[in-house]
Amino acid sequence: MTVAIIQTGCANIFSVQTALDRLNADHILAAMPVDAAGADRLILPGVGSAHPAMANLQAAGWDAALAAEDRPLLGICLGMQLLFESSQEGDTGCLGLLPGEVVAMTPFVGGRLPHMGWNQLRHETDNDPLLSGIEEGEHVYFVHSYAVPVTSLTIASSEHDMRFSAMVRRGNVMGCQFHPERSGKAGGRILKNFLEIGA
Amino acid sequence: MLAKRIIPCLDVKDGRVVKGVRFRNHEDVGDIVSLAARYAGEGADELVFYDISASPDSRAVEPEWVKRVARAIDIPFCVAGGIRSVDEARARLFAGADKISVNSPVLADPDLIDRLAGEFGRQCIVVGIDSREIGGEWRVHSNTGDPDKTRMEARATLDWIKEAIERGAGEIVLNCMDQDGVREGYDIDQLKAARAVCSVPLIASGGAGAMAHFADVFRQAEADGALAASVFHKQVIAIGELKTWLVQQSIEVRQ
Repeated sequence: MTVAIIQTGCANIFSVQTALDRLNADHILAAMPVDAAGADRLILPGVGSAHPAMANLQAAGWDAALAAEDRPLLGICLGMQLLFESSQEGDTGCLGLLPGEVVAMTPFVGGRLPHMGWNQLRHETDNDPLLSGIEEGEHVYFVHSYAVPVTSLTIASSEHDMRFSAMVRRGNVMGCQFHPERSGKAGGRILKNFLEIGA
Repeated sequence: MLAKRIIPCLDVKDGRVVKGVRFRNHEDVGDIVSLAARYAGEGADELVFYDISASPDSRAVEPEWVKRVARAIDIPFCVAGGIRSVDEARARLFAGADKISVNSPVLADPDLIDRLAGEFGRQCIVVGIDSREIGGEWRVHSNTGDPDKTRMEARATLDWIKEAIERGAGEIVLNCMDQDGVREGYDIDQLKAARAVCSVPLIASGGAGAMAHFADVFRQAEADGALAASVFHKQVIAIGELKTWLVQQSIEVRQ
């Protein structure tokens, strides 16, 4: 089992690496698609903003490579958002692996952005193996100001004024809006589930 | 619903966790990684490491302990202290810190907030503010890690909160200096005033001494998180018991 972590030039790859270490999963950093040739699955992490992240992915040829990809792929935070067609953040065209648009979360009276902290998961589907062992209402750690509305691909949602997609999945393309690598035991379980999907 | 965060703060000096009273007389309270792992295991929602020797003195560009902490825990953590440049912030974020917090250096160079937010996104840029009442107004203080170098800034605290957010702060930690280390409760008046002008998450700091103080700051000042040090280091309050009690008070926390 080897996981390729796609390098978008963003900062917090190290915490994803250490989370995989805790699960005894081998991992490699993949700056270019060819670097991931020996990997069983892929993680697209993401801290930063949509436009520069997409520019980096396109410059490395990841947009074309991921369009043709069939290995399990997990996008995390911004990495999940980039899986969709476009983002309102900087009016950015994204990878288009999943249908839909990433929208700006709307501040509400007394509400705060970024949505930062531990919030609860609500299951939107039954028996998805990515949610195995995760109880309704489990807290996970979010940090974001843009979100994917709830769609037919949403397998878990959360709420911060608006209800939004906390986890999405279509076949081998998966995403977490929160940071499983920083979400305690629950996050570790979700990463473990990802490592076991299709294995 | 977003849970209220319980955040142990570990003041770091020369690679050890220390705690002083009113920012003075620091005493050693333990090893960084073992305390971090203990708090994460007990249910802390986040940790803040505040390098209190950093701002007044020179220090390492990339403290080696950041990577050790990142390996040891699976909850978010923030590194504060003496970050004066985008490169110094990057070094800490690449070493595994989820957020960096800036305090004295952005008072001298406010544009650093804009540069940090532009480079890394506002979600990982925390602005820490040390504040106390002077002549009927809350005033910002800098270099509070060293009493001989601490000075009062020209800025009023509430104005500085607004400016920091406009420049790109994603979170504000307001340390109320008069309460720090004395365990008589958070400065509810000051935090309420801060809340009214703070559109990003607000973390209360300084004064926690009893479980009721946490309920007060969440309910009355609507803080998103409560930071505390001595009550956790000295095991006056156990985090697990605190959270159980807060749930009984109908306050949303992660358990």
